[in-house]
Amino acid sequence: MSALRILVPVKRVIDYAVKPRVNKAQTGVETAGVKHSMNPFDELSIEESVRIREKKRAPGGVEDICAISAGPAKAQDILRTAMAMGADRAIHVEVKEGEELEPLMVAKLLKKAAEQQKSNLVVLGKQSIDDDAGQTGQMLAGLLGWPQATQASKVEFGEGDSVVVTQEVDGGVETIRAKLPMVVTTDLRLNEPRYASLPNIMKAKKKKLEKMTLEDFGLANEKRLKVLKVTEPPARQGGGKVEDVDGLVSKLKEMGAL
Amino acid sequence: MFPAATKFFGRVSPPVGHCVSGASRSAIGRRLSTLAVLEQRGGQLKHGSLRSFTAAQKLGGHVHGFIAGSKVTAAAEEAAHMDGVEQITTVENEIYEKGLPESYAQLLVDNIKKGNYTHVVASHTAFGKSILPRVAALLDSQQISDVTSIEDEKTFVRPIYAGNAIATVESSDPVKIITIRGTAFAPAAPGSGSATVVPGADPKAEATSEWVSEDLAKSDRPDLATASKVVSGGRGLKSKQDFDKVMLPLADALGAAVGASRAAVDSGYADNSLQVGQTGKVVAPQLYMAVGISGAIQHLAGMKDSKVIAAINKDADAPIFQVADVGLVGDLFEKVPELTGKIRNSKA
Repeated sequence: MSALRILVPVKRVIDYAVKPRVNKAQTGVETAGVKHSMNPFDELSIEESVRIREKKRAPGGVEDICAISAGPAKAQDILRTAMAMGADRAIHVEVKEGEELEPLMVAKLLKKAAEQQKSNLVVLGKQSIDDDAGQTGQMLAGLLGWPQATQASKVEFGEGDSVVVTQEVDGGVETIRAKLPMVVTTDLRLNEPRYASLPNIMKAKKKKLEKMTLEDFGLANEKRLKVLKVTEPPARQGGGKVEDVDGLVSKLKEMGAL
Repeated sequence: MFPAATKFFGRVSPPVGHCVSGASRSAIGRRLSTLAVLEQRGGQLKHGSLRSFTAAQKLGGHVHGFIAGSKVTAAAEEAAHMDGVEQITTVENEIYEKGLPESYAQLLVDNIKKGNYTHVVASHTAFGKSILPRVAALLDSQQISDVTSIEDEKTFVRPIYAGNAIATVESSDPVKIITIRGTAFAPAAPGSGSATVVPGADPKAEATSEWVSEDLAKSDRPDLATASKVVSGGRGLKSKQDFDKVMLPLADALGAAVGASRAAVDSGYADNSLQVGQTGKVVAPQLYMAVGISGAIQHLAGMKDSKVIAAINKDADAPIFQVADVGLVGDLFEKVPELTGKIRNSKA
């Protein structure tokens, strides 16, 4: 069994608890002065990678856990968080503030990175909570020609580089088996991410954080989608409250819902 | 590409004898045509996936359907009766039965190239989410996910940030790959169509993953994603026993599907597949009844397009009341059984 060299892509996004506001120019959402964090699904990816090592779940062991993020300088904060949670090192691909990469571009970048880092397992979140596209992992697997398991709620390793993954699907779960190298995307039920402890946060400051650019990977950002506008969804007005169950039933009948 | 030319020639035939440039000629040679990817299971057509036809018809141009699996003839015949559909491409081969992305994506790529399609549409279901991005990458196309509205052949509307913002995007890709939000497109009604059923290309792609098993929740209630009524329970239900005792009779009295908040699912009150929200199912029924659900933004993302929202919660300040058309403040353990009884009586 090959030793695992895990690549964990992470994304800096507006914190999940913040209600995003569309900017006045209707070109996007307000990001200035808004709390950002690691995409919640990416925390699950880091946690799972670290647990595979800690619980010695892979017969070949875990040789390396490398976190990678593409984004502005502030993306380094979440790479430090990833290292405080247990990643060995990190790569920051600096992209100018305000210059977004589309999932296809990120997948192309990750393909190069996975090849360069000799990764044999890439663990990504199933979607980022900003764009909600849910594409990058599948695109990466396609570009690499590797098998994929999406929306994983359980990952197990066996002999002969085999990986068994339980995936959340509509109506229940489905289990598939594939061989390394492969791409896995994480779903909510995979694990409960840990909080980085203060000593680990301090240690993470000493871990290696390599800075790179798209050009270093022989790539240039290319956009296929033009955002014409971003608007607020139509507001929903609450209809007020009723006193009792009879009021509820008659109101629902009035609205034709019963 | 040549957006102006594509737009013009995509919809209208060019005037006869008109001198066209090489660029425009290639646009004529490639009239707008859409491949709608249909889902099946054990030979049974998944009717929800027919909504891809509704989206395909909004695009204009030719509409073809695609279906693959062990035995898909009957499902293909059924899909062929839908109005406005010209052709159903079928590939019968056991390797595609479980929709494993490695082989199925290659299958789709070959058939998209063979048919010279300009658009590919699938539902934003577990199947569509797993396979379409892989197809898009193989075709070097930037997919547009979870589309709620089609403005024209290259302009699409989709929610971002858990539905807190709505983005309108224009694609410059020659082959546009989109997944659609089922609840945003009308179900395709069986019509008098008589599409031809033709066998597609079969690359007999090697499956690099293997299907092992599945465990699907069995239920006689309506399917959550397409039900006209949904009753959904949250943390307020306290336990699985209480969830089942309180919510299931209400669902049955209403003929509704059962949903749940993330809190209820995480606490084990309900199955994962019942989760409604940004990371679970997105529903838009005629009636959504939220019981013991506070209304976090991630939950609202999955249900705020419902026609009528009713909420029962003991906390009068719960955010759910800001979106609910009708709210009742009270103990759900008293109010819901009373409601269930009254609905039953009114039907009797």
